Amino acid sequence: MTHALDNFLFTYQSLIYALGINSLLALSMYVVLAIGQLSLGQAAFMGLGAYASALLTAKFAIPFPLALIAAAAVPALLAFVIGAPTLRLSGVYLAIATIGVGEVLRIFYLNWDYAGGALGLNGIPEEAGFVWIFGVLAVALAGFAAIARSRIGRAMEAIRADEAAAGVMGVNLPVYKLAALVVSAAVAGVAGAFNAHVSSFIGPNEYGFDAAVTILSFALLGGIGSPFGPVLGALVLTALPEVLRPLHDYRLVINGLIIVCVVIFLPGGLLPWRLSRIGAPR
Amino acid sequence: MSKALLAVHDLTVRFGGLTALSGVTFAVEHGAVHGLIGPNGAGKTTAFNLISGMTSQTSGSVALAGAPLDGLPTYMRTARGLARTFQNIRMFRNMSALENVMAGAHLRTHERFRDILLRLPAFRAQETRAVARAREILDFVGLAHQAERPGGDLSYGEQRRLEIARALASEPKLLMLDEPAAGMNPSEKIDLIDLIGRLRARGLTLLLVEHDMHFVMKLCDRITVLNFGAKIAEGSPVDVRSDPTVIEAYLGSKSVRRPGAGA
Repeated sequence: MTHALDNFLFTYQSLIYALGINSLLALSMYVVLAIGQLSLGQAAFMGLGAYASALLTAKFAIPFPLALIAAAAVPALLAFVIGAPTLRLSGVYLAIATIGVGEVLRIFYLNWDYAGGALGLNGIPEEAGFVWIFGVLAVALAGFAAIARSRIGRAMEAIRADEAAAGVMGVNLPVYKLAALVVSAAVAGVAGAFNAHVSSFIGPNEYGFDAAVTILSFALLGGIGSPFGPVLGALVLTALPEVLRPLHDYRLVINGLIIVCVVIFLPGGLLPWRLSRIGAPR
Repeated sequence: MSKALLAVHDLTVRFGGLTALSGVTFAVEHGAVHGLIGPNGAGKTTAFNLISGMTSQTSGSVALAGAPLDGLPTYMRTARGLARTFQNIRMFRNMSALENVMAGAHLRTHERFRDILLRLPAFRAQETRAVARAREILDFVGLAHQAERPGGDLSYGEQRRLEIARALASEPKLLMLDEPAAGMNPSEKIDLIDLIGRLRARGLTLLLVEHDMHFVMKLCDRITVLNFGAKIAEGSPVDVRSDPTVIEAYLGSKSVRRPGAGA
């Protein structure tokens, strides 16, 4: 029994890790979408977490848990710096600014010889395993579900429904928007650290615009009525290319087709069910 | 300055070349029901947006209970005791009626982040209290039976009352209602008049914009009349109704010459 499980885990190890890591990325997207903002910088935040943690463990032999903290803190700091000016604007400005940040970072890694430049960073210790990835995912999922069912969750959904009206209800809009972006960057950074520490190699082109759109598609496919929707979306979209292996070259085409179909036929996503925003029995 | 709750002084706003409001001054007394009326485009909703902080003024000032509100964002004005509804209803459509009211109570619900994450008893107690309070308010506006339905699914008249409930949840000193009777049928209007009477009995001060003259004359203690962004008259309903400039603004100049129309 245990032997069969070990075999299964060994064969599908990288897929199983990807399921967990992509679920975390989907959650990081959820936090931003849940307040009606659109960020296309999740891949960049992920890359920053990956590079920050991988440099610490590979070059300085810093213990993995400490590197993980850095992987959350560095992207969070960047989100704070770019969020303060951009969140004052509304609509697509955050999306455009975050695309810009992603490109700047990608070109920076490409030219940063210390971090391997275009060749990428090698020899990262494979320290992130099943327990780390799914433990953090479970904690994050439980945390976001608890937050949704509270005063904060109500304010977040109010902002998404009608930002100006939420402001009139007393919701501190700048603080909420900035906090959502910072938390989202931290979660994406942790996912990036896991990604780096299961594959022993990272390169500058893994965290570009394509990756950002894929992360967005996880959340849109799953639905953002609850934190569970984006996770479901990530699981489906990560497993699908394996299931449809003969069509592997058409993976992005299918991704796009699925997003189009979901938008048309399932505007609420695969899991349109909405989590109640009240944390007490009624 | 008298001890007015809301003092609007020389309020002016220009949008490009258009002066939407020019030098408007009025005061709302504690416990009063104050009407803001005028023909279409007179600047009533603009005045509401300036007072609530959704638009910033070009010049002039707004003060609540003696403290200036100028430059404060909407959420800080709400913290100071201002609440409003909207002419074109702005419901949180997917949230239940109960959740809408609880969202309105944002500033009156105190939950610590750690308690929320760990779902500690302190958090649960706050939520239970917030639910009870929201139910009380829904009951007050006559929507107790609709608590679990999404706000967007309620009838038009019910959505107007839910907006009032949501605004009440912030425990305001001044409640501003932007055309509360718009689109209501006669029986809903009677219910609304009753509701406003009960709000007033609770000691709440109200400022309302309304087109239904019967409604305004029946409810208001004092009325400010705007036309083309300027104040043209102010006084009790009886004074305003017989004011020749007001009649001219609403009906045109010929009617002023009709015998018996003057004061």
